[in-house]
Amino acid sequence: MTDAADAVLDLLLENARYTTTDIARMTGLDEPSVSETIQSLEDEGVIRGYRAVVDWSEADRERVQAEVEVNVTLDRETGYEDVAERLVEFDEVTSLRLVSGDYDFDMEVEADSMRDVSAFVSEQVAPMPAVDGTVTHLVMASYKEGGMEMDDDDDDRLSVSP
Amino acid sequence: MTGHSDRVDRVPPSGIRRFFELTEEVDDVISLGVGEPDFAAPRPARDAAIEGLERGRTSYTANRGMAELRELVAEDYARFGPTYDPGSEVLVTTGVSEAVDVGVRALVDAGESVAVAQPAYVSYVPCVRFAGAEVVDVHTRRADGFRLTPEALRAAGADEAEALILCYPNNPTGAVMDRDELAEVAAFARDHDLTVISDEVYADLRYDGDHVSVASLPGMRERTVVLGGFSKAYAMTGLRLGYALGPEEAVAAMTKVHQYVMLSAPTPAQHAGIEALRSCRPDLEEMRERYDRRRRFVLSRLDGIGIDCFEARGAFYVFPECPADDAGAFAEELLREAGVAVVPGGVFGDAGEGHLRMSYAAGMDDLREAMDRIESFLG
Ligand SMILES: Cc1ncc(COP(=O)(O)O)c(C=O)c1O
Repeated sequence: MTDAADAVLDLLLENARYTTTDIARMTGLDEPSVSETIQSLEDEGVIRGYRAVVDWSEADRERVQAEVEVNVTLDRETGYEDVAERLVEFDEVTSLRLVSGDYDFDMEVEADSMRDVSAFVSEQVAPMPAVDGTVTHLVMASYKEGGMEMDDDDDDRLSVSP
Repeated sequence: MTGHSDRVDRVPPSGIRRFFELTEEVDDVISLGVGEPDFAAPRPARDAAIEGLERGRTSYTANRGMAELRELVAEDYARFGPTYDPGSEVLVTTGVSEAVDVGVRALVDAGESVAVAQPAYVSYVPCVRFAGAEVVDVHTRRADGFRLTPEALRAAGADEAEALILCYPNNPTGAVMDRDELAEVAAFARDHDLTVISDEVYADLRYDGDHVSVASLPGMRERTVVLGGFSKAYAMTGLRLGYALGPEEAVAAMTKVHQYVMLSAPTPAQHAGIEALRSCRPDLEEMRERYDRRRRFVLSRLDGIGIDCFEARGAFYVFPECPADDAGAFAEELLREAGVAVVPGGVFGDAGEGHLRMSYAAGMDDLREAMDRIESFLG
């Protein structure tokens, strides 16, 4: 990656809503190069999208999150990719990663209620032929999401100091 | 009680304090008036202080500071050239604040005069007055990028002074000085036999190259006391830790004052300082990079708004020209009507009149909102 792409990416990771103009100001690049850089990061698939980081405990809407460990058994016709392809199609699945260790997939699930989460896991995921077993961990509290801390960091500095 | 001393009387009430009180009266203020980092001290440094406390390390240390800290300070400063003997040429103080006070008292006699390059950090002039000495105001100018020049020193009559206090990277202007520029000041100091007190608390917050130590210039080490600290670079303001480096005699004199008025710098802070120097340079660099982005952002926004500002290249302040004649009145109006606190430059000496100090030790969201508010206030 070029230095410019690196700098732009760092800033978008910090806050995807920085405008092209703001990024140009912060990096010293000109606006057209910032736009081009973002465009190519998107075109190359480095940047897949932008979404809000939500603290559901603060929202009026109920939203239940769970971490699901998924174990699979592979055979000649079915590989990890095949299982993953099916799982990612569900809207309930917010992230899916193949991981090393005791289980195969680390799957994050979100739904409107606890019942929806468990129904989804037991009716959609567990019955899949390749799936051996699942362990569901309901999220009880979230302290950091997408790199952002969920508590309000209050500034205890004096408002004016020398 | 019969009132207070003339020395205290001669020092006017703090302009910062007045502005702080005003700011507290207004709701929903975004403050660009803060002279300290918006980061917490790096975790390992905090942990070291905690560990010291857990182990009951709550006694005084040697007057000069813990030996290990003095060694690390000397080693750290050697990056800039001059080397100091940790045993006799380093004094650990309770912040640079104490070092300024002790420095002036140890090096200057009552009735002598001290040249102070201004606009300047608010404590130099009062410390000189508390020591019973006279202040020679040396005005640096926007036209010179707020650098100190021999012309300015001469114009102020600084050749008659005993000592000179300067600070680069500078609070409040963000100005820095490079080797050739400092060389002219150094020549002046040598020609007129001035002791130099160089406040380098922002040495690590330079954005365009390396800090230059006055003491690294020929013939300067023997007449310079360098003051440095942990408050800015390591975001350790509340821990109160700084140091002085200088020739043995000067440091011995300072230590004599320090041992009676302070005894030793806070012990938990010294533990934190040791860890900061041992392992927290990456934290410092990360913070510096963030400041630098904000610096560029603020300078670029001010330029877009049409506020004239010279390019600050150090510390975490910009010092734009005030769009109105009376910076004090403007800052007050900006505070009350737009909810943005900035500090009028006159607080930092007459040489700062007509300017505003804006600190970018604030989060990006606040900086953006503050700039938006200033823009619509002026629009
Ligand atoms: C130029 C300058 N010197 C000294 C200080 C005080 O530093 P310390 O916290 O080490 O006492 C400050 C703090 O704002 C400063 O800006």
